[in-house]
Amino acid sequence: MPYFQMTRLALKWALTKPPTTQYPFEPRRAIAGSRGELIFKRDNCAYCTLCAKRCPTGAIEVDRAQKRFTLDRLRCISCACCVENCPRDSLSLSTGHGTPSTTMESYFCDQGVKA
Amino acid sequence: MKPNQTLEIIPLAALLERVGAERKRGARLVQICATALPGQFELTYSFDIADGLTSLRVHVPDSDPRVPSITPIYACAFLYENEMHDLFKIKVEGINVDFQGKLYNTTVKYAFGDTKPPAAKPPPAAATTPKAAAPVAAAAPVTAATPVTAAAPVTAAMPPN
Amino acid sequence: MARTIIPFGPQHPVLPEPIHLDLVVEDEKVIEARPSIGFVHRGLEKLVEKKDFSAFVYVAERICGICSFIHGQTYCQGIEAIMDIPVPPRAQYLRTVWGELSRVHSHLLWLGLMADGMGFESLFMHSWRVRERVLNIIEATTGGRVIFGSCKIGGVRRDIVGDAIKDTMAALDIIERETREITQVFIGDNSVKKRLRGVGVLSRQEALDLGCVGPVLRASGVSQDMRQQGYAAYPQLDMQVITRTEGDSYARCAVRCDELFQSLGLIRQALVEMPAGEIEVKVTGFPNGEVIMRTEQPRGEVVYCIKANGTKNLQRFRVRTPTFANLPAMLKLLQGCDLADVPVLVLTIDPCISCTER
Repeated sequence: MPYFQMTRLALKWALTKPPTTQYPFEPRRAIAGSRGELIFKRDNCAYCTLCAKRCPTGAIEVDRAQKRFTLDRLRCISCACCVENCPRDSLSLSTGHGTPSTTMESYFCDQGVKA
Repeated sequence: MKPNQTLEIIPLAALLERVGAERKRGARLVQICATALPGQFELTYSFDIADGLTSLRVHVPDSDPRVPSITPIYACAFLYENEMHDLFKIKVEGINVDFQGKLYNTTVKYAFGDTKPPAAKPPPAAATTPKAAAPVAAAAPVTAATPVTAAAPVTAAMPPN
Repeated sequence: MARTIIPFGPQHPVLPEPIHLDLVVEDEKVIEARPSIGFVHRGLEKLVEKKDFSAFVYVAERICGICSFIHGQTYCQGIEAIMDIPVPPRAQYLRTVWGELSRVHSHLLWLGLMADGMGFESLFMHSWRVRERVLNIIEATTGGRVIFGSCKIGGVRRDIVGDAIKDTMAALDIIERETREITQVFIGDNSVKKRLRGVGVLSRQEALDLGCVGPVLRASGVSQDMRQQGYAAYPQLDMQVITRTEGDSYARCAVRCDELFQSLGLIRQALVEMPAGEIEVKVTGFPNGEVIMRTEQPRGEVVYCIKANGTKNLQRFRVRTPTFANLPAMLKLLQGCDLADVPVLVLTIDPCISCTER
């Protein structure tokens, strides 16, 4: 009957569980392979600056002499170009978003040990 | 895979006649593209019939950027011509629906219409690597636009990694 | 009768993106609509002077959030045409799969907005609920929900293999079933028909003269679809052009609903027939030359004019998006309509103003 097309749909969904995730009681189901926040591991890094050169937005700055890796989180677009080009596997993308910051600082700065 | 297309450069005086010929053929207007080159504007009008693209290109000097409107032939061109005027400051004469510059609400008027030639970039790090710079200058004849010479000093100037 | 000017937009509950229209109204009938755009103008065409041509893919994708993948794909195809790069067949099929997924999510988004513009909020919610499933597939295969980041010059960056293909096919079955429920409401419901039938009629000759593209043109009886040109994997898939002849808002909705099912079928076929092989080729050197590349976005034909001069920055990059070509049709449709029909008519051309203004 052309007048009650939507009623059937509405009744069906009124009687089933809501399709939305009941956040925060349920955690958000993380999808593997999703591109989230950039994680830097200092152990393997050789400070070759390849990641900084390949970054399309210029969010990464690597200081070779000072052994410092700086990331501007607000500029990072999580494109994973740096992850693909790192020869030492010291960069990876987590599947979740980063937590909001409580200060005005958007930089993540890791000062390695100077040789 | 390069799509089927042709490009033809025509004088400004022949524009209306050629556009009329395209209309007679039954082609539809696809787009009008304006580019700001040093000293002139380059307008490309593209027409399409049965999936083959024909482009007509005219050059307009930036000292007198006036172009006749093609809206008498293709009525839908008014939006492209208003956009050309609002972004590039090209005066299009005789548009059927003329928004008088009010179409694009930008803070900087005529933002793309910069036709000054780009400043010649000095070769980087020429002072720190004199040994590398000398053979390059001798080998390649240098002109103002130098992508060739800019490449060589850059690799030499990179601190040894 | 005195005339009033009513400003419509840039912020309005029915508009997905900001456009300003000054409606000249005479007692509930709109006489004229004067557009004013520039609220989302980011000057992306000038950015090409600063960014490397290979990093520019990421900028091209971000011209629009709804049609983002096909922007990136057209840009890559343009540079590949200039540099004569042979893209491997598997990458072509993967681009087709993601392009059609992009079309499905865009049409579902539009369906929801159309319902919302008519006041039918529950259909809006249901349509976006189904769209969430599509976005989950996209996130599982590319890593991002809206901005895919998977196209690059020379191929694609990620592959869909084994279990991912099985899961995607299962999810597509559920999506097709739920989409059928929703489109049945849209096409069959009497109140929707009363609102859309006979409103905003564009005859075949008018549609051609006004330079329309995409579903707007196809709903007026013109069989034109850029996918027939034969880019990506479309020559190997069976694709028919969907047209209607009435040319009113109902016909435009029906064309988009039919395209939804066509896209789901194309995705299934591409996933099954995908050849094995590489997904990218290495690119060296700089582009030199120019090309005009056209593809079919969900809203119509997009034209990319790319001019390169042998350096790492392109000389000129120009995008003519489908909404830009459909705007004259929208302005013509608004002349003589009722004030209450303005949201329906604006949404019926599926405006994507971020695309229009770059």
